[in-house]
Amino acid sequence: MKTRNCKVLVIGAGPGGYVAAIRAGQLGMDTVIVEGQRAGGTCLIRGCIPSKALIHAAHTFHKLAGHAKKGGHMGISIPGPAELKMEDTIAWKDGIVDRLNKGVEALLKNAGVELVNGWAEFQDAKTVKVGKGKDALLIQAENVILANGSIPIELPFMKYGEHVISSREALSLQELPKRIAVVGGGYIGLELGITFRMLGSEVTVVEAMDSVLPIFDKELRRPLEIAIKKQKIAVHTKVFAKGIEENKDGSVDLLYTPKDAKEGTDPERLTVDKVLVTVGRRPMSAALAPTGVALDERGFVKVNNKCETNMKGVYAIGDVCDLGEMLAHVASFQGEMVAEILAGHNRAYEPAAVPAIVFTEPEVVSVGLSPDEAKAAGHPVITGKFPLAANGRALTQEAEKTAGFIRVTAREDDHRILGIQGVGTHISELVGEWTLAIEMGALLEDIAQTIHAHPTMTEMTHEGVLATLGHAIHSM
Amino acid sequence: MGTFAFKLPDIGEGVVEGEVVEWMVAVGDTVKEDDPILSVMTDKATVEIPAPCDGTVTKIIGEAGDILPVGVVCIEFEVDGDGNASASEPEPAAPAAEEVPEPVAEPEPEPAPAPEPTPAPAPVAPAGPVVERAPGTKPLAAPAVRQRARDAGVDLYHVAGSGPAGRITHADLDVHLSGGASRATASMPMGSSAKVAKTGTEEIKVIGLRRKIADSMMASYSTIPHFSYFEEVDVTELESLRQHLNATRPEGAPKLTYLPFIMLALVKGLGQRPECNALFDDEAGVVTRHEAIHLGIATQTDRGLYVPVVKHVEAMDIWSAAAEMGRVTQATRDGKAGVDELTGSTFTITSLGRMGGLGATPIINKPEVGILGVHNAKDRAVVIDGRVEVRRIMNLSSSWDHRVVDGHDGASLVQLLKSMLEHPATIFM
Repeated sequence: MKTRNCKVLVIGAGPGGYVAAIRAGQLGMDTVIVEGQRAGGTCLIRGCIPSKALIHAAHTFHKLAGHAKKGGHMGISIPGPAELKMEDTIAWKDGIVDRLNKGVEALLKNAGVELVNGWAEFQDAKTVKVGKGKDALLIQAENVILANGSIPIELPFMKYGEHVISSREALSLQELPKRIAVVGGGYIGLELGITFRMLGSEVTVVEAMDSVLPIFDKELRRPLEIAIKKQKIAVHTKVFAKGIEENKDGSVDLLYTPKDAKEGTDPERLTVDKVLVTVGRRPMSAALAPTGVALDERGFVKVNNKCETNMKGVYAIGDVCDLGEMLAHVASFQGEMVAEILAGHNRAYEPAAVPAIVFTEPEVVSVGLSPDEAKAAGHPVITGKFPLAANGRALTQEAEKTAGFIRVTAREDDHRILGIQGVGTHISELVGEWTLAIEMGALLEDIAQTIHAHPTMTEMTHEGVLATLGHAIHSM
Repeated sequence: MGTFAFKLPDIGEGVVEGEVVEWMVAVGDTVKEDDPILSVMTDKATVEIPAPCDGTVTKIIGEAGDILPVGVVCIEFEVDGDGNASASEPEPAAPAAEEVPEPVAEPEPEPAPAPEPTPAPAPVAPAGPVVERAPGTKPLAAPAVRQRARDAGVDLYHVAGSGPAGRITHADLDVHLSGGASRATASMPMGSSAKVAKTGTEEIKVIGLRRKIADSMMASYSTIPHFSYFEEVDVTELESLRQHLNATRPEGAPKLTYLPFIMLALVKGLGQRPECNALFDDEAGVVTRHEAIHLGIATQTDRGLYVPVVKHVEAMDIWSAAAEMGRVTQATRDGKAGVDELTGSTFTITSLGRMGGLGATPIINKPEVGILGVHNAKDRAVVIDGRVEVRRIMNLSSSWDHRVVDGHDGASLVQLLKSMLEHPATIFM
């Protein structure tokens, strides 16, 4: 067995781990990163990126259907309906994933980081074994960054298999399911459900709470709920999935009951080809037992605001730690931060705002506080809204069709911006300015007196702020 | 927000104190309940102490190497809710600084002002919101400002913001760091504390002379059972003699301080109490009394404490004693004293000069058996024959090796000195 000593050992090459490793390499530290699958992690390989690729494909397919109608659309028509060859779509998506995977590997190499393929088996907090027998490699590190990430939660009564799939399998289906049930109407379930619907599947969403996307407020959800209805996606709220029964024809029945149903009530049945379970993700911390790092009751590694665990020299970042949201950009931020802390910099995870985006159609974006949250926090609140329908650039790309808007929340007394949310087609790209505004402590006047380029959708941010001040130009 | 003061818990049966091995948290850190915060070594084991609550560390008492008794407040948190303490308890008294003796260059005719005690650096306690901000809001500052504050160890909570909505700018931080009144202070009715809670530390290696001083002090203090004895001496007449001699001194003769008189008085006193002018070889169990009076003069230099020696004071008159003392102490300060001038003392005098103070417990210069501390002479009101008179009073401190010098012996020597110094003619008779 070979032994490799290093200064920094990163476990997991997802968006947290690979960023940590690259930054550590840049800072001149001898760094090894261990990845059991492919560099890029959930985000690049089986999450954010592949889903966005499929969403784009679905949009394209969906638009072509509009042009295939009699008379076409915007003067463009195609002679017959567009055809979908799912395996080719998946191959196209895989091509993007491959490029990004190669890109990450090249970046690691360029930063002088050694990428070790294999699963890290912890001997103790600072020692891992990769591989088996004679070929095994023992890596001993001065510092360890745990970036193990997370995996989809499995329902014990609906194990993943041929019919019951997680987001991971859903992104690599070689054949489009005719009928698909989505258990869990959170952001992953809706993104994928809408995608499959646009590609042509019949989609039913089963959600235990009162509404889909329950983390967002009603006003923000409304355009999305209308769009879902228009797209003929069936939504059952306040119901519990109970299990599946396989049918002889290869289909499967999803059994579910109303939330308040009495024990023994016969469940409702829904016959589908696939059941996609998206009820959340859990930290991949089971393998950490030999390290002695402290976990919370949900299995997240407990860390402080420097991502330090209870073990000296052992850090945890991203989905596996209990600091911040389970979002790729949080993991990357923490990864960069920990690498710099190891190099002696004084960093801490204390963001003023963390942006969150749901890539449904329409997209839902939020940063900072919503009006309700701001009021609950005791702020005197003013808000302003601006619709996509009043923005020229939105009209030119038909982004207004989903009835989106942006909404600004600020303090009434000093005009400090507390939060900005939006819902609408193509709206996600606006979030950069919103986040920066909150992070810089901007007032409404800061954005009001910034020239926003015309014609862009960023003008809506300007107008939303003006609306909050009571004098939007392009709205009545 | 409240303050939660956490006392070092009882860490094991019969354990009354523990040595701090490591703090896993620093002031400003946010901790969750059960996070390890402190590693403590007892005579039985090393124990990790978990955080008792969620909160932000506002104060840490004791650093690595310090011994903390069980039950003492060792850390304070700012917590949601009321906490369990209204304010910081007073800092445990810092151990008294080691006296740093220095020869008297010229006794102060006027009483010297007592040095100001250095106040313990108190953290800026958030008694309330120091900057008027909307309730429930964090300090408002751009990321670059926050990073600068983090690097400087400044909690932005204490910084007044002059920007819109109280936004803290780089300029505000500059003002805060320079300790000046914030520009914002004037406009902020609540005002702002310009004082910064400092968390920086500086490690200084105990090496070289410092190491030797540390070792010899430790050897002396840990093996010698010291007893100390204090007396006050009326030097009014001595002062008048000293003034006269200085006014009429021969050409080229040094100006006289009190020390040469004390040296000559010691010659007579030690002659009568030879048990006090001795070296004790405690390994061999032999005390060697010396006829020669070689007086060590504790001398503070830029490099640390030295004890140059005036040899054979018994063979000197007042002028030569003063000249020789001036020569060896100056040579020592200049770093030119040879081994011969730095060794061989049979008794040591330590004087703090202008920092004379009221009394001290000097540490014996091992293997000697006694040491004399000389303090400021000051005019004081003294009762003589039922009347208050202004007299010049000087305090003497002394420490003795009680293994070989009994209380009676040490006290007797000091009383002899007192008698001679109060009737200075007897020094010369």
